[in-house]
Amino acid sequence: MSSVISVSNLSKVYASGHRALNDVSLDIHSGEILALLGPNGAGKTTLISIICGIVNASEGSVTVDGYDIVKNYRITRSMIGLVPQELTLSMFVSVWDTICFSRGLFGKKPDPAYLEQLLKDLSLWDKKDSDILTLSGGMKRRVLIAKALSHEPSILFLDEPTAGVDVELRKDMWSLVEKMRQSGVTIILTTHYIEEAEEIADRVGVISNGELIVVDDKDALKHKLGKRQMMIELEHTIESIPQSLTLWSLELSDEGNQLTYTYDSHSEHTGIAELLRAIDRSGLLLKDINTSQSSLEDIFINLVHNSE
Amino acid sequence: MNIQAVKVIYKYEMLRAWDTILQSFASPVISTVLYFVVFGSAIGSRIENIEGILYGAFIVPGLMMLALLTQSVSNASFGIYFPRFTGTMYETLSAPISAIEIVLGYVGAAASKSFIIGLIILATAGFFVELKIVHPFWMLGFLVLTCISFSLLGFIIGLWAESFEQLQLIPLLVITPLVFLGGSFYTIDMLPPAWQKISLFNPVVYLVSGFRWSFYEISDVSIEVSLFMVLLFATACLVIVWWMFKTGYRLKQ
Repeated sequence: MSSVISVSNLSKVYASGHRALNDVSLDIHSGEILALLGPNGAGKTTLISIICGIVNASEGSVTVDGYDIVKNYRITRSMIGLVPQELTLSMFVSVWDTICFSRGLFGKKPDPAYLEQLLKDLSLWDKKDSDILTLSGGMKRRVLIAKALSHEPSILFLDEPTAGVDVELRKDMWSLVEKMRQSGVTIILTTHYIEEAEEIADRVGVISNGELIVVDDKDALKHKLGKRQMMIELEHTIESIPQSLTLWSLELSDEGNQLTYTYDSHSEHTGIAELLRAIDRSGLLLKDINTSQSSLEDIFINLVHNSE
Repeated sequence: MNIQAVKVIYKYEMLRAWDTILQSFASPVISTVLYFVVFGSAIGSRIENIEGILYGAFIVPGLMMLALLTQSVSNASFGIYFPRFTGTMYETLSAPISAIEIVLGYVGAAASKSFIIGLIILATAGFFVELKIVHPFWMLGFLVLTCISFSLLGFIIGLWAESFEQLQLIPLLVITPLVFLGGSFYTIDMLPPAWQKISLFNPVVYLVSGFRWSFYEISDVSIEVSLFMVLLFATACLVIVWWMFKTGYRLKQ
């Protein structure tokens, strides 16, 4: 897949001395949805801000569709739409005026038909003459998206698009993102919600302490870094794991009635059959068995924890 | 050149003035009318003519300058400071627009508003005194140059300020005293010799003097010196704005 954004060895040190990004390199593929996960202050917004032209990089370079974001800023910025994290809007203008302003700012001639359709898609058409001040938080978020899409960008950055948004609007946003992807727009979103990345992203990047720890296909990431666990519930409680079962590095629950076995489901030899036979031989009585696959959230927590 | 961007910035800045028409246009006109009533009619009737000009008519150029300078600075500084304050500046910074285009939009709108205010005040003055404009083109030239250069100064203040207090600081503590002491209500030769010399360091003296010359052909300094000083001031402001955008001062981290 061709990459539409190439980030090379990007670093950012703020005037305060804080190093927000450290030697980040990343290729974003055309037409994909990339989710950038990371805790607060990890550097996600700084990365987006540099690509969009709001923050200057200290080192490194970024190209958008082959064009350098500094030398060819007019070309690169006209391709990008940005939905910021905060609800930063002029409160005393109407929805219609603010999207017309955004479109013009990006050098596009007025196109009322396109903007009308855009507002209809975002369920904002009946609010077009309302002052932004009078809108709810969710509606303001939609206005920000409308502004970002007003100049028909081919790349869309969504910085924490669903932070503080109710479940219904979040689902609406996900379907909107999917619709945009189908129309060929490349989407990069930052999020705290792992379920969001799991639900809509093609690839996931994890940023922690200004470094891109991993970026990979969502499923490949789960495949590579995910673990499977088997929970074995016992009929009677035990005080310690029998000597004959030490080979499997089991964990005993505090209540003493559950053994947990962690294994790699993709390896040729999981050891499950031998374990069950050994449990039987040791005289323990089984009550129930469950297995679970580690979620993206578990992987994320592990990655961030290990990087600290 | 991103003409569309310049157009929308200009249009929305002008619309903002229209939405707050009382504050934008009526307020400077009312305060100027009050000056005419107090200084022109009440006190002015007891003041001798200055170089053959009725005191009420004499203060017209100075009053226009007073309104133009304060309005240019406040319009332009507020215009650029507000998006910085609300965070909406992100959109302008991420748009395919150059520093020159941003300045054209914001400063152009602020200067246009001041220009309109200047003309309204001039028309208002016509109700109180008999107006005489000997050099109308020079008058318009000074009017335009003043609007542009002080809107540039306002733009610089709007980029520099980090709070609403700072935004008001320079207009209140610097601009207003300079205008009042810049010969708006008198000719500087009415001052004691020492103050006359000090006044020559006040750039507003050159503006008011040149502007008054275009009305009545009376001036404190020669018209060439006035013009040179106004152009010098506008150039200095342009250089500072250019430096601010080049370094991203208070705009980009």
